[in-house]
This record gives sequence, C-alpha cells and structure tokens, in this order.
Amino acid sequence: MLRRFRLEEPESVAEASELLGRFGESAKLYAGGTELLLAMKEGLVQYERLINIKKLKSLSEVSARDDTINIGALCTHHELETSMLLQQKVPALHKLEQNVANVRVRQCGTLGGNLCFAEPHADPGTLLMALGAKFIAEKSSGKREITADDFFVDAYETSLQPDELLTEIRVPVPGEYFRSAYLKFGYLERPSVGVAVAFNLNGAGLADVKVAVGCAGPAPRRVAEAEAVLSGKSKDDAAASLAEAGAAAGRASQAMSDLHGSQEYKEHIVGVLLKRAFQSAAG
Amino acid sequence: MAKPMTRHDAQLLPLSFTLNGRLQDLDVEPHELLLDVVRDRLGLTGAKRSCDVQVCGACTLLVDGRPVSACTTLAFEVRGRSVLTIEGLAENGKLHPLQQAFIEHGGFQCGFCTPGMILAAKALLDENPSPTEAELKHFMHGNICRCTGYKKIIESIMAAAEKMRRNG
Repeated sequence: MLRRFRLEEPESVAEASELLGRFGESAKLYAGGTELLLAMKEGLVQYERLINIKKLKSLSEVSARDDTINIGALCTHHELETSMLLQQKVPALHKLEQNVANVRVRQCGTLGGNLCFAEPHADPGTLLMALGAKFIAEKSSGKREITADDFFVDAYETSLQPDELLTEIRVPVPGEYFRSAYLKFGYLERPSVGVAVAFNLNGAGLADVKVAVGCAGPAPRRVAEAEAVLSGKSKDDAAASLAEAGAAAGRASQAMSDLHGSQEYKEHIVGVLLKRAFQSAAG
Repeated sequence: MAKPMTRHDAQLLPLSFTLNGRLQDLDVEPHELLLDVVRDRLGLTGAKRSCDVQVCGACTLLVDGRPVSACTTLAFEVRGRSVLTIEGLAENGKLHPLQQAFIEHGGFQCGFCTPGMILAAKALLDENPSPTEAELKHFMHGNICRCTGYKKIIESIMAAAEKMRRNG
C-alpha cells in the first residue's frame, strides 16, 4: 500500500534540480521506481512529492564519443542488455545487464536509478568501478564529474548533492589489451557477493589492475590490497597468486554478516569469485 | 519528515490507455498501483498480488508487449500504452496456444502463478519464437511456481512454441 504523494514532471534537468532544491527532503527523484516504490510500500521512506524525470528523453541514449561510451542515466537495464553498441564496446557491462534481477525489473529499472539508490546488494556499481567509469552530476548551475570510486559513500548514500541529478555514465572504451569480468553469487533474489576484475594484459604482464567488490559490505569498493598482489605479474604468475589476492580482497571487502551470508562466508566467496573472474578475463 | 496527505490533497491524473484492446479513460491518483486499478477498479482479477516486491511474477502484465510487475508499477505510467492481461489473451472464445498447452501438458496445479507464467511466456515467444531451454529458463526465472517444479511449465511453453511456429 502506497501513501498519497503528489507528482511533478519536469521537462528539463534544470527544472528537476530546482524542484529538488525547493522541496528538499520531502521530495524524491523517481525514474524506474523498482527500488524506491518497494521502500515506500514498506513504509521505510515517505515523500510528499515524487519528481518523475522520465520526460527527460535525452537521458535515455547510449552513444559513442571519442574514447568513451556514454550511457544516459535513464537507460533501462533492458535497453542496455539489447544495446548492440554496448555489446560491442563494453561486453562485460552488457553481460552484467543481461543478468540484473529478473526480466520485469530490467524492463523498468534504470542504470542511473540503480546507482543513485545505492542499495548495497546491487551489481552495476562494482563493475563500473573496475572499468574506471565516471559519472556526470548536473544541477541548475552546472555539471561536474565524479569517479565511480568516489560516488558510493555508504549504504543508500552517494556523493550527489541534494539538488544534483546523475545524468550520464561514461565508460572508457576498452583498448586492445584490456580484459575484464564481473561475477556474482547469491542464493536469494539479490547477490551475496559481486566481484569485478579489470586489467591490461600484454607481453609485459598485468598493468592497470582494478579489483572491486560489491554486495559484501555497505557499498562497492576498490580493494587495493588485491590489486597490489596481481600488478606487474605475468599472466601465469598472477594465476599462481590468486589465493593470496583472493584472501586479501576478502579481508579488504568490509564484508558484513546479513541475510545474504556471514562475514566469513562472504570473505570466502570474494576469494572464489576473484579467482574465477580473473580466469574468465585472462582467458 | 513528510506530512501525511489526505483525500483532500488528492491530485487526479487523467489516464487513457488500451486494456485488452479496448480504450479505457479514467482518473487516477499518482500513488495508485496498476495492479489495484486493474483488479479493483476494472474488475480483472487474473493478475495476483503475491510477493509485492517484484520477485514472484504473479502480478505480471504485458505493457506494450513487455512484462512488468503490476504490483510495483504506478498506474499513470501506462498513459497512452497498451496493457494485456490474461483475460485478453483468448480471441473470440478460442484459447491462445499457450493457454491450450498449459492445459494439455499439466502446466499448472493451483493456478495462482499461471496468468503471470503465460503472459511472461507470451512476451518471450513474441520476441524469440524458437527459444532454447536455457533461453526459456533465463527469461522465466523471475516467475515462481510453488506447485509444479517447473518441468511441466517448461514442457507447456516449448509445446506452445512449436505449435505457434507450425501455425505461423
């Protein structure tokens, strides 16, 4: 059962930002609603107004520009899982999108909404960290860029300012030597643990190693301890160090015991997924 | 904290959409859910409220041919769109091949999940008339049945797919 609220339907990002500024915490942005409406139905949050931003059609496009793939924040998971451009340019993200929740959630849920709601047991933020993505935040007075690493602050908390909208996700187009993979595991509807690995692999070995862990703790995070274990090693040496890297990633994951598993269990799964993700990426 | 709103504050939105091929015009408040409008205001009770959190698929409806959870869809979202419920699937009293296949292959027991199962399967077969079993399972894994163990459901959908391909 939802409580009454009023609906605002801005026609521009600036107008949406002004509404956020004017109504403050009594209003909330609404896009796909797949997370927000559940929390409202449960009575965990309530708002006097929802600001429906789906009239901002320019935020529903995927485009290639210079060295990045730019994804409008309103793109649904279904639009992304069927995007040829994403499939060709960022296959790891395309595959992740094919496996978000279920077909009905993918139909309505948006990538931007997923990131902004910052539910701890979500997939995309973790991989976007490993891919080195940047997020564009806009308000009436201008726009700024936030790295994926700096976007997630805590469970349900991002570094967006109260009157800012996330408008675009920019993913660097992978180069010739770039490898990446995202794997998740869980036994409930949402993942218990998600692990993303990305690196450049050429004759000199592994470079630009990024490892990110999601779902285990309150927010997705890079685990530099595991990256350090793998960096600079040849493919074979790195493969031989996966137990060490996995253990380091588990310890650094800030895993918390919850319905999705105990801390120890999650730390173990982080190690298993890191090993498999590395093997999948390295080929 | 937000002030509770009363009926006095009601904001009415005009909602015009196609339901099972017929135009519907009504006013809804922003917070009204599609499932409640379809079941309680329009009297079509095929879609069921069950988990209420987009996990089980018992409330599945097709909006412009794609499956959504009516329990978590605001009614105003179907403005100008075409909604199909299980009640609109048979044509002139003749069951849809999926409905017929669920009967012939025992694709349901209690029947609670069946409207959602059949509508989700229709969406799948409309976009992919020859799914592999893996593709079928991937598409349907968000529709839960607590009776059949799924084997009969998968057999029903595969049989319907074959019949629909044969009949072109």
